[in-house]
Order: sequence, then structure tokens, then C-alpha cells
Amino acid sequence: MDAFLSALVFQAGYNTTVVSIGSAILGASAGAIGAFVLLRKRSLVSDTISHATLPGLALAFIFMALVTGDGRWVGGLMIGAAISAGIGLVVVEWMVRHTRLAEDAAIGSVLSVFFGFGIVLLTVIQSMETGRQAGISDYLVGSTAGMLRSEDETIAIAALVVGAVIFVMRRSFTLVCFDQEYAAVRGVNVRLTDLVMLGLLLAITVIGLKVAGLVLIVAMTIIPPVTARFWTDRPEPMPIIAAAIGAVSAYLGAIISSLDGGLPTGPLIVLVAFGVFIASMLFSPRSGLFAGNLRKLSFRHDVHERQGMLALARGKRIRDPVTLRILQRKGLVRRDGVATPQGQAAGAEVVRDEARWALYCRLYPEEAAGTTHQGVTAIKEALPPDLIADLDRRLSLQQAQP
Amino acid sequence: MSNDFVQLSLMPLAIGVLACIACALLGNFLVLRRQSMIGDAVSHVALPGIVLAVILSGTLDVGPMLVGAAGAAIVAALLIELVRKVGNVEPGAAIGVVLTTLFASGVLLLEQTDTSKVHLDVEHALYGNLESLIWLAGDSWGSLLDPQALAEIPPQLPRLAIVLVAVSAFIAIFWKELVIGTFDTAFADSIGARPQGVGFGLIVMVAVAAVAAFDAVGSIIVIAMFICPPSAARLMTDRMPAQITWSVVFATLSAVFGYILAGYGPLWIGATSSVSAAGMIATVSGIILGIVCFIGPKRHGIRGAGALSAAPAE
Amino acid sequence: MAIDNNPQLVNPQLVALDCVASAHGHPESPLSISGLTVSYGEKPVLFSVDFVTPKDAMLAIIGPNGAGKSTLIKASLGIVPRISGDVTVFGEPYADVRHRIAYVPQRASVDWDFPATVLDVVIMGLYREIGFLRFAGRKHRDKAMECLARVGLESFAHRQIGQLSGGQQQRVFLARALAQDADLYIMDEPFAGVDAATERAIISVLKEVNAAGNTVMCVHHDLATVPEYFTHVLMVNVRKIADGPVATAFTHENLQTAYGGRLQMGQVAQFAATGS
Repeated sequence: MDAFLSALVFQAGYNTTVVSIGSAILGASAGAIGAFVLLRKRSLVSDTISHATLPGLALAFIFMALVTGDGRWVGGLMIGAAISAGIGLVVVEWMVRHTRLAEDAAIGSVLSVFFGFGIVLLTVIQSMETGRQAGISDYLVGSTAGMLRSEDETIAIAALVVGAVIFVMRRSFTLVCFDQEYAAVRGVNVRLTDLVMLGLLLAITVIGLKVAGLVLIVAMTIIPPVTARFWTDRPEPMPIIAAAIGAVSAYLGAIISSLDGGLPTGPLIVLVAFGVFIASMLFSPRSGLFAGNLRKLSFRHDVHERQGMLALARGKRIRDPVTLRILQRKGLVRRDGVATPQGQAAGAEVVRDEARWALYCRLYPEEAAGTTHQGVTAIKEALPPDLIADLDRRLSLQQAQP
Repeated sequence: MSNDFVQLSLMPLAIGVLACIACALLGNFLVLRRQSMIGDAVSHVALPGIVLAVILSGTLDVGPMLVGAAGAAIVAALLIELVRKVGNVEPGAAIGVVLTTLFASGVLLLEQTDTSKVHLDVEHALYGNLESLIWLAGDSWGSLLDPQALAEIPPQLPRLAIVLVAVSAFIAIFWKELVIGTFDTAFADSIGARPQGVGFGLIVMVAVAAVAAFDAVGSIIVIAMFICPPSAARLMTDRMPAQITWSVVFATLSAVFGYILAGYGPLWIGATSSVSAAGMIATVSGIILGIVCFIGPKRHGIRGAGALSAAPAE
Repeated sequence: MAIDNNPQLVNPQLVALDCVASAHGHPESPLSISGLTVSYGEKPVLFSVDFVTPKDAMLAIIGPNGAGKSTLIKASLGIVPRISGDVTVFGEPYADVRHRIAYVPQRASVDWDFPATVLDVVIMGLYREIGFLRFAGRKHRDKAMECLARVGLESFAHRQIGQLSGGQQQRVFLARALAQDADLYIMDEPFAGVDAATERAIISVLKEVNAAGNTVMCVHHDLATVPEYFTHVLMVNVRKIADGPVATAFTHENLQTAYGGRLQMGQVAQFAATGS
């Protein structure tokens, strides 16, 4: 525990500090770009990108091993990974554009085929020289243990650069995500913006490979944005919240991993992020499971109550047991379903509200179209009192006529 | 040579073909329902199920592993639905959240088993070990008629054969429901064809097939077989029966050529050892899909130029 | 009541009361709805709709966009969940009498690139007739061909559905409904995006179906054709605004209440029956 606390406040040595800060920056960048990709409804593209890096990693390893005798140089591996992931993306785009296949099939086939081919190449590496491929399997599950200081720094700086580009591009991203056509009218090049977005996603994926591993870097671009959705509806704050969640998860994950050298970083980061996701899904006051369900229940309650009163006033028998129970509890009906005096009065009031609204719709159709009043709440919540009084006057006049 | 073939290659080949066909059959419906990624999710989450089963049972027996993997797959399918409905998260992102989280727990659990008495290999899970499923007792073609030798065939073969029969039976029995529910859910609902129930049944069958194949051929090939042969078949035909047939043909071709290329290909070019058969099968299925993308007669679908104007006026 | 002789004074509330009073006098009504409320999230799409479909009616369900027309149908058939409300079909719970209803969803709701022929789709309408564990036989194919002939598409039977025009696709859906041999036909926007010739073909088939003693309900958009095509109308905009025979319910006042500012006064005058 002491070790954990000291790592939290950067007292656990230079390497741990660089790794944890680097991971946090990576997590922030991944969360931010992932938020835009989620708004574009293309989250699973990151799955393709990450799986499609494998053949590039392996080929770069083979190439470097043949040329220099050691294939483990991070920079070279990243370049190889980026190239093959880029090819994978192009193939997905091409398939969606030029064949009848839907995006999910294109994504799934490219990721599985590229990964399969990558595994073929891995077995080639295995047969080449024994013991030299240890570096490669780290890319499957992620590991920050034993990383060179220069590697830490490279990753941190690269993630920072990508984060800066995302920050600069944020306005056009938001526009394109929110309303493609409007963005085009405003002079944003939609296709180019999409391309930059995917390019940044690719960059983050490749940078994060070593830290989180091939499968789990996907999580860093999906879970924080999805979690952010529980806290906001608007597109502007979403990338910021996602970045914050990503940074915190990655930071904690990296620190926990550094405490026990055996634990891989990727899964820890993902599980921390998932913890935040679950907590948000349960407790978010906006749309969390508890708050949401409470609101839904009270809404259903209101609907049954209003509807029951309406039925009472119209002299109809109520069949719905839920409605009956709610009205009974409020003392509006007796056990046998007959309205109490109180119930009759309440029902008459609801019917009057409905009549007021119908008259309002007829008298002021334009205004009515712009007012929301679906009947679950009392009309005085939708219309001002003087207007209601006026409607009442007209209604009584109308009833006086034969 | 031919006796070597029976002993070393016949079983892996047969198992590969069975696994590929079982997955491809179900994949047809996944691809048509735009649920391809469910196959991806189910195959990834088998990992934590298997690891958990090993830890709990303390053995490397296949039985608990299969149960664990199937359980994990069904849990994953339910979790995806939960995240989608409760969290109001779009399907792709919901799959992403659940898949990566379960996979992450699998990897962590796996690290824990390093210290315990059983050892599991993540690479085995990914690549499968098709090549190791040899039939020592089968020293010639005649062994196929020898009950004693037959008793020693790898257990994966009968297991996958049963799964293939179950998958075929499922599709045959619920053919109408599957087709109607896939084409027009609202209509299926209105006539009582229970599209939700059949949809869940499909996911369960996908989990069963994935898990059975997973043990024999690894997870990556499973994903490839759920998606690539049916996708390629989509580009060949506009009829459901032909779609199924083509997918089976493509799956078989992938399994056979993939296995042969992996086992003998490297020898032809002078290398000394073979490469991963599972990876090669996935690669071949991708090559087939790639070729069909260029020459498949129905590759454009209704988005193709002139499809509407090509229909003659009445 | 004043409703019949003076449509200018129609009070929607009175119309509603009138129908409710007779609600349980029609256990034979093809589709009887009471207190139907449906919401997406916490916003009701339909609130407390009571409606009794008259037997043998040719009914248009009209209302502005987002008024809950399609939702009304889907909630009645249990395709979308309802918060409250009671629905009976021919006096019985829907699940018991599914076979008496033919439902035609919106054309845009399915993937027309699906690997199926026109005939395959029509045979889907024979789902119940074919039965569990069986495949369509010659008898079923012949019947499907007959239905295709009724909509004028018999020569297209073996074509892939994606090769058809929008109007032809809509007619395939109609043929599938005909194959169901139902007593109540519920169509969701059958005329959306179809050409004029198809519209005429579809309405004439629907009128035939109606003349043979079946009830037809259509979610409909084109107010101009309501008096020509339909005998009855149900106007909704979250609530039920009005219902009844076209002559009495399809009025200025009701249209204005239903559509609010979304309909120009000139249009209203043009479409509405003036109370003959």
C-alpha cells in the first residue's frame, strides 16, 4: 500500500513516473479521439486497426532481424504496425464502398484475416531464431515492465503530440460528428476530417500497443467515451470527460502494474476503466441505472394515474391492475373500481385539462405545435394561468350553447 | 507418404474442415443480420471462461474448459444486451466494452495461473494446435476401418462432428424463423415467428460452435470463419440456399488449402518448419474473399450502378 | 348530437366520449384500443388513445410527422412495448388471433439486398399455413403466385427483391399480406415513395380486399387522397384528435387541431370535407 501511495505521488523512481505519466497522456488522447469516433458510430474501427497491426509488427521484426540481427527496436516496429494497420483501414473502406458488404462484415473480415496472417508470420519468427521474439508477444497483452527509458519517453511524447493535434482539430471533429451536412456547408472538408480522425486513431493505437497490448488498446478508445456519455448529452464536453476518464484509468493501471512486475499493464488499465464505466452506468444522475429507473418508475406511475383519472371521468371501467392499484392507494377509487368523490373531482379536472388543451390547439395551432404537453402533467405546467383562465371562459361559453 | 498423411494430416484436416463449416453456416445469419462482430466478441471472451474453469477445477480437462467458455460466451451476449439497453450504448461500442473487459480479466487471470500448478498458454488459445491433433494409431488408410485405431482418434473430431450436426439441425429446424426474422423483424413479430427467441438461439449456437472450434483450432480462425466465407458467398449469389452452399464451399476450401499451405508450403520454398495452420486457414479465407470482391457476380448488390434501371418496365 | 349535422362545431372531446361510450358495445371490432400510452424515454408518443375500429372499414390513420401513427400500430401489435392500455383483436387478445391480421411494415424498414426472390418473400406470408418443421410445397408456391398475380407482379416471381423499384417492392409486401388470408390488413405507409401507377394498383387491390368484407387500416400521409381512398379516418397527434367516417371527421377544424401550424389554411380548406 505504501508503495502504491508513493507511486501515486511520483515517488517511485524516474521510470515508474515516466511510464505512469506517459500512460496517462496516452489514455487522455485515446479517450478524446475515441469520443469523436464513437459519435461517428464507428467504434469498432479501432478493433480493426489494432488487429491489423500484427502482420506489420511481425514483418518489421523479421526485416530488422535480417538486417541488423535484432528486431526489437520500438520505432521500427511502430512504423511496420502503422503501415499494415493503414492498409487494413484502406481495405475496410474499399470493401464498404465498392461491394455490397456492410461495415461490420468488412471490419470483421479484415481484422481476422490480418490477425491470422500475423500469426502465420509469428510462427515464421519462432522458427527463425529462438528466444529473440520475446519482444513481440508483449504486444499482445501489453507490458511496461522492462521498458527502456527512451521508449517510455518516445511513447509519452508521441501521445502528447497526438493529443495536441486532437485539441487543434476538435472544432471540425465536433461539427462533422454532430451534423455532417451542416459541417460541409460551413466549409469543413468532411472526408478529410474523417481521414484525419482515423489517422489519429491509428496513431494512438500504434503508440499504445506496447503499453496496453493489441486487444486492449481498443478498450482505451471505447470504454472512456462510452462512460462519458453517461455524464453529458452534448458533443463538446464529451471528449474532455472521456480524456479525463482515460487519463485516470491509464495512470492508475500503470501504477498498479509497476508495483507488481508480473501484472501486464493493459488488462489493469482496462479493468480500472471498466470500473469507472460500471459506476457511471449505475450511479450517473443523468442516465444511470438507479436514477434512470427511478425516473422511469415515477413516470409510469404518473401515466397510470392520469390515465386512470381520465378513464374514471369518462365513465369507463379500468382493467389495468397497475392503474387500479395506484388509484386505490391515492384513495381515488374504491376496491370495486368505482370512483370515490375525490376521484370524480380529480378525474373531472383531468378531463377539463384535456378539453383546455384541445381548445388551445384549435385556437392557436401555431403555438400549440411548438408547445410540449403530452398530457402526463397538469396543463398549468405548459400554459400560463391567464391563458388557462381565458380558455376556461371560452369553454363555458361553448357549453352554454345547445 | 500416404500413410504419413493419414497419421499426421488426416485428422487435423478433417477437424479443420468440420470447424470451418460449422462456423461458416452460422456466420451466414450473423453477416445478414449485421451482427458479424458478435462472433468476434464470443471468440475473445472464451479466454476468461476457459481460464476460470481451469482455476476452479484445478485440471486441464477439456470438459470444464468447454463449459467455462460456453458460459462466458453467453454471459458476454447478455452483458452486451444489458450495456446496450441500460446504457443506451450503440451496439458496436457495447460489444467493444464487453469484449475488451472480459478479455482483460482473462489475461489477468491467466497471469495468476502462472504461479499455480496448472499452466495455460495464451498462444495456444489464440493459434490453436491443429497440427498436434495427430492420429498415431492410424498408420494407413486401412485404419479407417479398424475399430481399435478408430478408438484413438482425437476427441476433437467426434466433438466437432456433433456440433456440426447440431448447428445444421438448428438451421434446418428454424430455417423459416431465421430467414423471416433476419429479413423483416417487425413482420416476424406480427406473425408469431418469435424473432427475439430465434435470435438468442442463434447466439447460443454461435457460442457452442465457437467454443468447440476454439479448443481445436484457436480463436482467430473462428472469427475468420464466422465472417469471411459467408461474406464471400454474399458476393456470389442472391439466393439463400446458394448463399449457404457457397459459404460451405469457401469454408472447406479455406480449411483444406490453408492446412496444406501451412504444412507443406514452407517446405516447397525450402524452409525447414511449417507455419501456423490456423493462421494460414484464416489467411486463405481472406484471399478467397479478396478474389471474390473483384470477380463475384453479385459483388455490388443493389448499390451497384443501374440495378434499379435494369429492371424492365412492366 | 351536433356532430352529424354541423361539423364546424365538432369538439374532439365529444367525439372521443362518443366512441368510448360504445367501446364495449363492439366486441367484434377488428381492433379495439383503450387507454393506450406509449413513450420513448420519458416523452409520451401516444397518450391515452381510445379507439374502436369499425368493422369493414377502410381506415386512414393520419397526423403530422412524429404524431405516433406508426407507433399506434406497432404498439397494438405488441412490436413496441406499451406503458398502459388494453388491445383486443376481434374481441380477443392479440396473441390468440394473430392469424387474422396481416401487417405490412414500412418498406424502408427492411434490407432489400437480402438474398431472397420475390416469391420467397410472398411465401413468408404463408408461415402459419406451412407450419413448424415444414417447407413450402407446390401448393404454397401456387398460392403465392396467385397473390403476386393480384398485384401484377407474377412475371417478377424469380427476381431478387433488390432489383425491384420502390413501388414494386411495396406491391411484393402487399402480395405477402394477401397470402396471409387475414381479416384485418394493417399497412404502415403503403404509398410512401411509390409512383402514381403503383399507388393506383395498390389502392384498387386494397379496395377489393375491403369489398370482400375485410377491414383495412393504413397509416397515410397524403391528405388530398383521403376522401377518395378511405371510408373512415383516425386522426392522431399524441392524443386521438378525431375519428369516424371521412364525411364527419375529416374536417377543417380537426385537421387544424391535429396538424397545428404545420398545415397552411389553404391546404386545410382544400383537403377537408365540407360536411355534406
